[in-house]
Amino acid sequence: MKADVLARLQEERAAQRPVVLLTRLTDGMQHLWPQEDVPAALAEAARAALGSEEATNVTLDGETWFIHPHNPPLRIIVVGAVHIAQAMAPMADPLGFQMIVVDPRRAFATSERLPGVSLNTDWPDEAMAVLKPDARSAVVTLTHDPKLDDPALDAALNSPAFYIGALGSRRTHARRVGRLKDLGHGDAAIARIHAPVGLDIEAVTAPEIALSIMAEIVAARRGATLGAPRPVPAPAVPA
Amino acid sequence: MTTDTTHSEDILATAAAWRAEGEKVAIATVVETWGSSPRPAGSRLAVTASGRLAGSVSGGCIEGAVADAAKQAMATGTPQLLDFGVSDERAWEVGLSCGGKVKVFVEPLS
Repeated sequence: MKADVLARLQEERAAQRPVVLLTRLTDGMQHLWPQEDVPAALAEAARAALGSEEATNVTLDGETWFIHPHNPPLRIIVVGAVHIAQAMAPMADPLGFQMIVVDPRRAFATSERLPGVSLNTDWPDEAMAVLKPDARSAVVTLTHDPKLDDPALDAALNSPAFYIGALGSRRTHARRVGRLKDLGHGDAAIARIHAPVGLDIEAVTAPEIALSIMAEIVAARRGATLGAPRPVPAPAVPA
Repeated sequence: MTTDTTHSEDILATAAAWRAEGEKVAIATVVETWGSSPRPAGSRLAVTASGRLAGSVSGGCIEGAVADAAKQAMATGTPQLLDFGVSDERAWEVGLSCGGKVKVFVEPLS
């Protein structure tokens, strides 16, 4: 690998742009896609590799190319710098997620409480406008405070986030659903919210709840079919 | 089989840092796997001529042989495609006990 290829690859990754490294295995010749023009067959394989997140081999004119996709990081945007967020933080990185915690209550959102986590102390509506959750983002609300959770859920429902979860009992969620419907969200949108948040493992402590949330996020990302379906949520009751 | 591209352990950053320190560096990448190989395609190992290692291409079974090939690649400046598998006598030597097969591309950082 030439040093300048490595430098450009790292530059794209640092800028959180998707990039594919193409290597001709006969002699080590390399290209970066989409930053460089490559034959159509290689471009097609590169595009597919980014989508599937799987490295592959492609044969072109009798020579094998290694197609190595590098997607930007997966993100978990957590609203609420609370105890459960603290327990999620050390799990996020090894699972391949960048974790961002949003909480305008500066006493909670401190790097002492959440070392190594990216903190945003704006109000959730402003924070979400900047963070722009995409299809590689999960959004989890943990504050129990509608003033903070609702704007974040509203923004999440208007985004392609692959996972949306909200802490709170069924009763709390039923009231929340009423408020989100008032904001114009229909049943299909509301159904995207995992609530109560996390896999049902009878979690009690903050680390257990964090584990159940992280497991549910991983299951959503990997497209897992979960064995035991959760009970049907209670119908919405007026707020 | 998925690539480990989101994991925080950034072998390329380590390779670049070692090079900046004046080390000779090679990068090994798993490019194809069959069966129960422990590390997916895209997994990387960085090696220096002085013997430093970061990352992994097999979970330990073939790292030694890959590091030897990496030193050769650094000396000659030529990349190599290595083939490890249970049907391969060499794999018995280096002990790919998991029963899988793996191809590893080794290239000097130049």
